[in-house]
Amino acid sequence: MTLDFSVVWRNLDFLIIQGFFGFGNFVGGTLRLAIPSIVLGFILGIFIGLGRLSRRAWLRVPATLYVEFFRGIPLVMVIFWIWIVIPVVLRIKIPEFGVALTAFVIFEAAYLGEIVRAGVQSVPRGQVEAATAVGLSSSQTMRHVVLPQALKNMIPSLVTQFIVLFKDTSLASIIGFMDLTKAAQVVNNREIRPFELYLFIAAVYWVCTYSMSRYARSLEKRLGPA
Amino acid sequence: MALVNYRFDWSVLWTGESGRWLLSGLITTLELAACAWILAVALGILSGALRTVPFRPLRVLATFYVEFFRNVPLLVWMFFWYFGVPPLLPESVREWLFSHGLEFWAAVCALGVYSGARFSEVLRSGIQSIPRTQLEASVASGLTVLQAYRFVILPIALRLIIPPATNESLNLLKNSSVALTISVAELTFQTRQIETYTAKAIEALTAGTVIYLVLCVSLAAVMSWVERRTAIPGLIVGGRQRA
Repeated sequence: MTLDFSVVWRNLDFLIIQGFFGFGNFVGGTLRLAIPSIVLGFILGIFIGLGRLSRRAWLRVPATLYVEFFRGIPLVMVIFWIWIVIPVVLRIKIPEFGVALTAFVIFEAAYLGEIVRAGVQSVPRGQVEAATAVGLSSSQTMRHVVLPQALKNMIPSLVTQFIVLFKDTSLASIIGFMDLTKAAQVVNNREIRPFELYLFIAAVYWVCTYSMSRYARSLEKRLGPA
Repeated sequence: MALVNYRFDWSVLWTGESGRWLLSGLITTLELAACAWILAVALGILSGALRTVPFRPLRVLATFYVEFFRNVPLLVWMFFWYFGVPPLLPESVREWLFSHGLEFWAAVCALGVYSGARFSEVLRSGIQSIPRTQLEASVASGLTVLQAYRFVILPIALRLIIPPATNESLNLLKNSSVALTISVAELTFQTRQIETYTAKAIEALTAGTVIYLVLCVSLAAVMSWVERRTAIPGLIVGGRQRA
């Protein structure tokens, strides 16, 4: 069998515009799923991470169980839970986009919560004591003193986790969401050129994730050791 | 709430074929994870070592392997090894693969090569975190470089990487569920099969979820015991912090 990469060129529109960006006849798009997942997952992750550090047991225990539970099961399992169980239980049908977004936000928040926790713990105790001494309340201390410094320490691991999430969005294709991976499958069903097509989308994913990791490294250098 | 209309029937998990499916799914998951783990560790050690040799082409090759394979989704690698690679193989190899469970070996390759790139980073950072003075002191006290690695550097490095390596191994175990996309009959696949046959989604998914949780929690517990047992007194190993 000879390789013929022109198949990529002929289907470039569908793969990139529909599959990667999500504009076209299908609801889809790797980017359209990845960006809200990252933003919402991070917001939920902040709450989970702070919950794990709380002195109140009714916040700390559920947050800890949440993290331990979702870190102990595969993402595919979470996607199936949401995909299959919500229609059964609530008698409503949610579209693939909603299923995938919910699954990613819930799942990644567990990992992002751990990063937030480590980041907050990395802020020296003296900072909190000084903030309290100058008369800030504990929520003011968190908002104006601890979180800004913690965020700086978190950036490298956060970007790494965003890269993981970006790659994980490919799993949305399992439930039929038309992302880059699904688009390649659709084109492959017609053209039967698996080697060329999957290698091409591997390269597209790689360009995105590698540039993210380069950016993380340069940020790390610029911000210096905390 | 419509939840009240759902009738739980947990007996679907042990009546009929379900129990056997779950067990065979569990066994396939463990086999897949074990084979992929061996491949991943071998590739991780090899590429991790090659990244430190004083010969540029080999270093570039190892770096390329690590950066390319770990930055692309595992699912894409599954499709690549399952659909993309076999047509390029010679006829006889292909015949053999088709009659010996092609999807299983494709999944082993995908998972092993992907995780190997991640293991490589763990090993490299483990070895790099040991101060150079350790090596210099060993050589000064009369050991050869090989002996220094064998008796000083590696025993410390391997202890240091227990927590991150455990983490990666658990990731590998959980990631093996992606193999269901190329129809390897592992645990998640069997869970879905039970759900399809019995229409009892919640029971089937609960069974699968609990099995994964038990696997991960017990593996983590065993490894943290190993970490405590192998800790060198006086040397902070793993940097475990009390919250």
